[in-house]
Order: sequence, then structure tokens, then C-alpha cells
Amino acid sequence: MKTDNQRAWFLVLPVLVLVAFSAVIPLMTVVNYSVQDTFGNNQFFWAGLEWFKTQLESERMWDALWRQLAFSGIILAIEVPLGVFVALNMPKKGVWASVVLVLMSLPLLIPWNVVGTIWQIFGRSDIGLLGYTLDSLGIDYNYTQGFYAAWVTVIAMDVWHWTSLVALLAYAGLQSIPDAYYQAARIDQASRWAVFRYIELPKMRGVLTIAILLRFMDSFKIYTEPFVLTGGGPGNSTTFLSIDLVKMALGQFDLGPAAAFSLMYFLVIMVISYVFYIVMTNLDKEDGK
Amino acid sequence: MSDQTATAPGAADHLPGDVTARDANAKAKSSSRLNGSTVVLVLYLLFLMLPIYWLLNMSLKTNSEILGGFSLWPQNLTLANYETILTDPTWYMGYVNSLIYVVMNTVISITVALPAAYAFSRYNFMGDKHLFFWLLTNRMAPPAVFALPFFQLYSSVGLFDTHIAVALAHSLFNVPLAVWILEGFMRGVPKEIDETAYIDGYSFGGFFVKIFMPLIASGIGVTAFFCFMFSWVELLLSRTLTSVDAKPIAATMTRTVGAAGVDWGVLAAAGVLTIVPGALVIFFVRNYIAKGFALGRV
Repeated sequence: MKTDNQRAWFLVLPVLVLVAFSAVIPLMTVVNYSVQDTFGNNQFFWAGLEWFKTQLESERMWDALWRQLAFSGIILAIEVPLGVFVALNMPKKGVWASVVLVLMSLPLLIPWNVVGTIWQIFGRSDIGLLGYTLDSLGIDYNYTQGFYAAWVTVIAMDVWHWTSLVALLAYAGLQSIPDAYYQAARIDQASRWAVFRYIELPKMRGVLTIAILLRFMDSFKIYTEPFVLTGGGPGNSTTFLSIDLVKMALGQFDLGPAAAFSLMYFLVIMVISYVFYIVMTNLDKEDGK
Repeated sequence: MSDQTATAPGAADHLPGDVTARDANAKAKSSSRLNGSTVVLVLYLLFLMLPIYWLLNMSLKTNSEILGGFSLWPQNLTLANYETILTDPTWYMGYVNSLIYVVMNTVISITVALPAAYAFSRYNFMGDKHLFFWLLTNRMAPPAVFALPFFQLYSSVGLFDTHIAVALAHSLFNVPLAVWILEGFMRGVPKEIDETAYIDGYSFGGFFVKIFMPLIASGIGVTAFFCFMFSWVELLLSRTLTSVDAKPIAATMTRTVGAAGVDWGVLAAAGVLTIVPGALVIFFVRNYIAKGFALGRV
């Protein structure tokens, strides 16, 4: 049991100060911009909720949002089943298990811009293995020109990059199942599917929820990998929310609209974080029992 | 591969001997499934390794060979691309800069997160749950939202293009991460240890450094690894906050691309070198990777 102790505040004070400096001050700047307009010369005047209205009516933002949701939906639909499938086929112990763990984790530790570079090279039809192979098979594939080619490459890249995370989490869930469960299932002559459906899946429920939420959040703010690979193109076809926001804020310096955009973006993230938090604390409670 | 089939005969061994028929059946089934598993795994690992292999392949070729023809491995193996990077200051200083701010960030994050995580794992205090949630939202915050305000904030306090600016900016997501992971490890240490130490006359500081920290040493190591990693892989903020003096390797790579054509060989070599730090320590944290990514909650 935890004890009540208000002096614990002193222990969290450094974190509070540091994170406040790097989160609250910048966020207030954003709030400040979102309600003001400027004609340059550092002269600002009150614009109220004007920018929020403009943004909510802007087709550009909605397009980016739909693209973002489509992207997150597609990668979840591929990565979660694939990750579970891989986890079910991973060895439980031994040297081979360590080797598999190390190799699988490797893509997770590669800098995000290098992930983009790797796929940029891999997919090029003149020098890349993937692009060259597809080209020799007679498939017209060019991720900088074709809409579908760009999407397929961006999705393949994300699946390559992050499926291992889902697999590792699912694997951690599988490891916690006592052997006795499987023995009981064998005595009952349960089918492979029944073992999965009634033993493994319920035991993985917690970790899978974490995996889905993490992948959703992280894919929702994806920037570097598609930026390096396609730069948001061809046209705007792979311009996701973050890419659009950076274009607006740092490229065109449209501070007001960008700030309003940021705040709405952040609000969505807050809501998902809250779901994540509730799931986490519930899991902690189950552990405590 | 014959090795794995021999070492993992399935759980059929646990059954008593009188069900031999079913046992044999199960054994046959499990070995065929095992082969299926091996195939699935080998295919998946192949999918993961091919693009990395291709990067390595490119990095060992000359540009004329890369553009001249297609080959599955380097015909004239060369280390010239690596030489270019390791002898040119504009290249290798990128690695040095990245390492400096990453190490700074790791030290800062762990130092402030240790006491905070202890407070969260041991005490109830006013607003603790709100604070814990607020930290989480910062881990989840999109860097794109913060890029412009960070740029202005650090420019106005004269920290633009310094290592400490990037280290502080990255603590936005790394401090919450460290607090969450450390709290997950600390929760596993029984409270009786704290109480016994206080009865034995330890002060809080003495207990924390001499007794508690050694107990969660592996947790601190894992946290340090994840802080290092998330700071190492980030590009958007580190690129926005630097121009020359603290320019990270990631930015060096993107800026070199596009200037008078792309130097594919050097680009690939630079990419391979950024994978090395993670690959070196991955073996030690292999059992904690899931835990670290899930913020200490698996």
C-alpha cells in the first residue's frame, strides 16, 4: 500500500520544472499565436477564434486528417495480426530465442530518417532490390510518381519498422501463460484455434491493447520516415498531419493557422492518451491483485 | 536448423507414459508445427534483414558501381565511403554532436526522473495521478506541434544551435518516458526494504543511493538505453534547433542529399554507422525491449 505523504512533491519538483519549461511555455506560445493575427513587424492583434474557424473549414486540413486516419488504420490492420502471428511462432527459450529477439528488435533502433533512407534506396528501380525486382517483373513501380506505389511503400516501411514491437509485446504476454494451461488444453484435446481463442488471446488482451494504442499514437504523429521517403508526395498524397503542420509552420510561416491546427491536433492526442492512461492503470490494478 | 528441432520437442514430454499413442501423435503434430514456425520466422526475419542488407551492400560499393549496374553483392569491395565519413569533419562531427546531446539528455532525464519515479511508486500525494497523466501526454505529444515554439523559445534565450538546447527539447518526451519506465521497475521492489533501511538509521539520500539504486540497477540501465535511443532516432526537433555547431548526423544526411545529385554510397555508409550504437547494446536489453516501449508496463 502507498502511504500519504505530501512531501513527495519535493521529489517530483525537478521533473515538474523541467517538463514545464519544455512543454508549458512552448504550448502557451502556440495558444498565443492561435488567437492573434499579424501584418509582420511583430505587431499582433486579437483574432479570437478566427483561425480555428478557418482551419475547421479548410479542406487541406481535413484531407490530411483523412489520409492520416487511413494510414493509421491500414498499418494497425496489418501490424497487429502479423505481430501476433509472428509472436505465436517465436521459440520460447534457448539461444535461438535470443537470436530472434535481437534480430527482430533491430529495425526499432534505427534512426527514423535512416529508415526513410533505407527504403528510399531499397525501392528505387535503378539501384534498389525491391524496385529493380518489381521493375524486371514488368510492374510499373515508382514511389515518387505513382500514388499507389507511394502508399504501398510508406505502409511497407511502417510494417517493416514497427511490426516487431507488436510481436515483442504479444510475446511478452504469451510468456506469462503457465504451462499447466496448455497441458489442460491438450488433455481436453482442444484444437489449435481453441487454444488460441480461449487461452492465448485472453492472456494477451492487456499487452495487445497497449500495442494498439502505442502504434496508433506513434503512427498518428509520424513525420520523419515519409518525409525522407516521399516528402509528402507525389502531390500531397502522403502528406500526413505532422508533415502538413511543419510545412505550414516552418515552411510558409503561417503562424496563426498552424497554431490553431497544432492545438486541435494536440487535443486529439490528449484524448487518446487518456484512454491509454485508463488502460494502463487498470492493468496495474489487475497486477496488484 | 536441425538443432532447433532437437532442442524443442514441444510440451508433449510432460504427459505420462500411458498415453503413448496420443503422445506420439502430439509429438508428430508439434514437430510439423515447429517446422511451420521456423518457416514463418525465417520469412519474417528475411523481410526485416533484406533492406538492411541492401544498405550495407550499397555502402560497400563505389558510386560508379552502384549506378553502373545491378548486383546482389559488391563486386569491388571498397571502404572508401566509410573513409570519406571518418576523415571529413563535416561528416564525423555530426556523429559527435549527436552523441553529445544524446548523452546530455540521458543524464538529465535519469537524474530528474529517479526521485520522481520513487515518489510515484511509494506515495500518494495531492495531484499525483493528474501529474502522472500529464507526463504521459508529453510523451505522446507530436514533435511537429513543438518545433516552431521550441525554435523561438531557444532562440530568445540564446540557446539556438547548442547541444543543451536539443538535450532539453528531447527531455520533453524522454523525462516522462524515464519516469514511467523507472516507476514500473520500482514498483517491483518491496516496500519493506525501505522501512528496514530507515529503522537501521539510513537517511533518505543514503538509502536511495546505497541500497535502492543498486536494487533497480537493471531498470536504470534499461531506462538509460531507451532515453539514449529515442533521442538518437529523433530528427525533427534536433534539425529545427541546430544549424552548424550542433548539427546532428541525421540532419547532415538529409542536407547532403539533393546537392548536385545524391552520393548514394556515402549516404548508405552514414546510415549503416547510425545503426551501430543500437546494434552494439541490443543484446543486453533484448528481454526488456517490450517493457521499455510499453513504458514499463509489461
